[in-house]
Amino acid sequence: MENTGTPLVEMRDISIAFGGIKAVDHVSVDLYPGEVVGLLGHNGAGKSTLIKCLSGAYQADAGEIHVNGQKVEINNPRDARSHNIETIYQTLALADNLDAASNLFLGRELVTPTGFLDDAQMEAETRKIMHRLNPNFQKFADPVSALSGGQRQSVAIARAVYFNAKILIMDEPTAALGPQETKMVSELVQELKRQGLGIFLISHDIHDVMELCDRVSVMKNGQLVGTEKVSDVTDDEILGMIILGKKPERSAA
Amino acid sequence: MTDTSTPTATKPKASDGPFTRFLKATELDTRLIGMVGALALIWIGFHLYGALVNNFGAFLTPRNLWNLSVQTSSIGIMATGMVLVIITRHIDLSVGSVLGFCAVVMGMLQVYILPPLLGLGHPLIWIIAALAGMLTGAIVGAIQGSLIAYLKIPAFIVTLGGLLVWRGAAFLVARGETISPVDETFALLGGGPYGAIGSTGSWIVGGLACAAAIFLTLNGRRQRRKFKFALRPVWADTFLATLGCAVAIGAVLLVNAYPWPKGIVRQYTERQGIEMPEGGLFISHGFAIPVLILVAVGILMTILLNRTRFGRYVFAIGGNPEAAELAGINTRLMTVKIFSLMGFLAGLSAVVASARLNSATNALGTLDELYVIAAAVIGGTSLAGGVGTIYGAILGALVMQSLQTGMVLIGFDAAIQQIVVGSVLVLAVWLDILYRRKSK
Repeated sequence: MENTGTPLVEMRDISIAFGGIKAVDHVSVDLYPGEVVGLLGHNGAGKSTLIKCLSGAYQADAGEIHVNGQKVEINNPRDARSHNIETIYQTLALADNLDAASNLFLGRELVTPTGFLDDAQMEAETRKIMHRLNPNFQKFADPVSALSGGQRQSVAIARAVYFNAKILIMDEPTAALGPQETKMVSELVQELKRQGLGIFLISHDIHDVMELCDRVSVMKNGQLVGTEKVSDVTDDEILGMIILGKKPERSAA
Repeated sequence: MTDTSTPTATKPKASDGPFTRFLKATELDTRLIGMVGALALIWIGFHLYGALVNNFGAFLTPRNLWNLSVQTSSIGIMATGMVLVIITRHIDLSVGSVLGFCAVVMGMLQVYILPPLLGLGHPLIWIIAALAGMLTGAIVGAIQGSLIAYLKIPAFIVTLGGLLVWRGAAFLVARGETISPVDETFALLGGGPYGAIGSTGSWIVGGLACAAAIFLTLNGRRQRRKFKFALRPVWADTFLATLGCAVAIGAVLLVNAYPWPKGIVRQYTERQGIEMPEGGLFISHGFAIPVLILVAVGILMTILLNRTRFGRYVFAIGGNPEAAELAGINTRLMTVKIFSLMGFLAGLSAVVASARLNSATNALGTLDELYVIAAAVIGGTSLAGGVGTIYGAILGALVMQSLQTGMVLIGFDAAIQQIVVGSVLVLAVWLDILYRRKSK
C-alpha cells in the first residue's frame, strides 16, 4: 500500500526527558488510515513513552503532533480522546473493582436525562459490543478482577473500539494472552484496519509485528533507528535494527 | 459494588441449600445480613445481661433505642463521608477536630455575633449559623484536600496535622470557653422532645418510606424487563418490599412508643394552655430530627455514590488511580471535592452535636475521628480502597454506638468500654478479611 495524502497522525521531533535521561530523543513517526505501524525496540527503548505523548498520559517537552494535518495540543487523556485517539494500555488500565460496563464507559458514562448514571443502558451496550468481540463473554455483573486475562483484554479492547476510534494505540496487546486470545486480537486488528483505522502497535515480539504491521519503526535508547516497510525487510534485518541500532544497508530503496 | 441496580439473577443450582437459594433470589448482600445479625446479637446480649444481672433489661426499650438513634446521628453522618475518603485510599484523621472547630464558629456566630446584629431569637440566626458551620467545614476540607492532591502530601499526614491545627483553632476562637446556649430553633436540630417530629409526622415519614420501598421494587422490575435482564422471582421481590415496609413501620411504632417525659408534658400543656388530664398525656417523640438528617444524608450519599459520575469516579480512583487518570478523570480535583464533602459533613455533624448539647466547646468531637473511621471500616469499607457502602457505614456507626450505650447501661466503667470497643474494631476487621478471602 502506498501512503499518499495526509497522514492520520504525525508526531514530529518529539522529545521527552525524565530527570536528565532522554527517554525519547527527537523522534518522528507517522500513521496513515488503514495502516498498522509497529513500534519495536527493547524494554526501555522509549516506545511506550513516545506513544504516551500521543495518548495524553505524558506531555512531550518538545515536538509537534498533527492529527489529519492539523496541529493539536494533547495535554491529558481527555484531549487525546477528543481527537478520537484511543489507547489500549499494556496494563489494560482497568479499575479492578468495577464491572465490565463501568470500565468500558469510564470517564464517558451514559447518563439519563436527569443526569444520573444509566447503568442499564451501559450494560446493554456492553453486552452488544462484547457479543461482537468475544461472544463467550458472560461475566457482566462481576468486577473485572474476577475475569481471566483474555476477558480483561477484551474489555480493554471494547473500550477502545466502542467510541469510534480513528487512531488506535495498542501497547503490547498480546503480552499476557494465550494462543486463542492472541488470534482474536490479530483478527480484530485486521478488521479494524479494513474499517480504515490507523493503528500503532507496540510490541517486542517481532513475529507479531511482521504478521500484523505494514510498516515498522524501530527505537533504541530513545532514538528512532529507522522506519521500514515490512515487505522490504527480513526478520534478521529488523533484529539488527533492534539490537545493534543499525539500518538495513539498502534501505534507501 | 456499583452494579446493584442491574445485577443478574443467577440461576439457583439444585445443590444449593434453601438459605443459599434465598440469598441468590433476593440478591441480598451477605455482609448486610451479617451486620444486622451482629447488631441483633449485641442488642439482645446487652438486654439479657441487664435483665439477668441487674434485674432490669434496659436496652431493648423505646427510650434507649430512641436515644441510641440520636447518639448515632453525629458519627453516622461523618461516616458516610469517610466511606468516600477511604474508598479513594485516603484517610481523614481531622474530622473530630473539624467538627469542634465548626461548632465553635457556629457558637460564636449565634451567641455573640448575630444576635446584636439581627436581634435575639431572629429566625435567620439558626440558618445562617448552620450554613456557616457547614461552609467552614467544606472550606477546611477543601484546603486539606488541595494539600493532598496538588502538593502530594499524604492524607495521613495532612489530616494528622489538621487534627491538631483545627482543635487548636477551635480553642482560639472559643478562647477556651463553653459557648451556650445556642439559638432555640438551632437546638431542635440536636433532637430532644421538641426536636422530634411527633406521632403524625413519623407516620408520614414511615408511609413515604414504605411507598419508596414498593416503588423501587416495581421500578427495578420494569428496568430489568426493559433491558431483558433476568428478573428476581416475584416472591423474592414481594419479600424485599414487605421487609422494607416492615422495617419502616416497626421504626415508627418504636419511636412513637417513647413518650415525652412528664416534666416536658407539663411545660408544654402550661404553655399551650391545655388542661392536664388525670392520667397525664401520652405525647410521642416520633423520629428525632438528627435521625432524619442522618437518613437524608444516607440516602443522598448513596445516590451520589452509586448513581452519579462522581460516585463512579470515586470507585474508579479507589480501584486503580492510574486507570482513572488515563480514563480522563481529573483525580486531583476529585480528591479536593471528596475532602471538601467530608468537611461539609463534619460541619453538619457539628450542627447536630452542638445542638444536642445546647452548647459549643472546643473539646466537642474529640476522638470522633476514630469512631468515624471504625464505623466505616466495620461497615465493610476496605482500607485498601475501592470497596465500601454508605449503609454499611451507618450500620457500623450504629454498632459502635450500641456497644458504647450498652456498656454504659450495664455499668461497665470507661476503661473497660475502651478495651471492648478497641477489641471489637480489630475483631471486625479480621472477620472482614476472612469474609473477603472466602468470597474471592
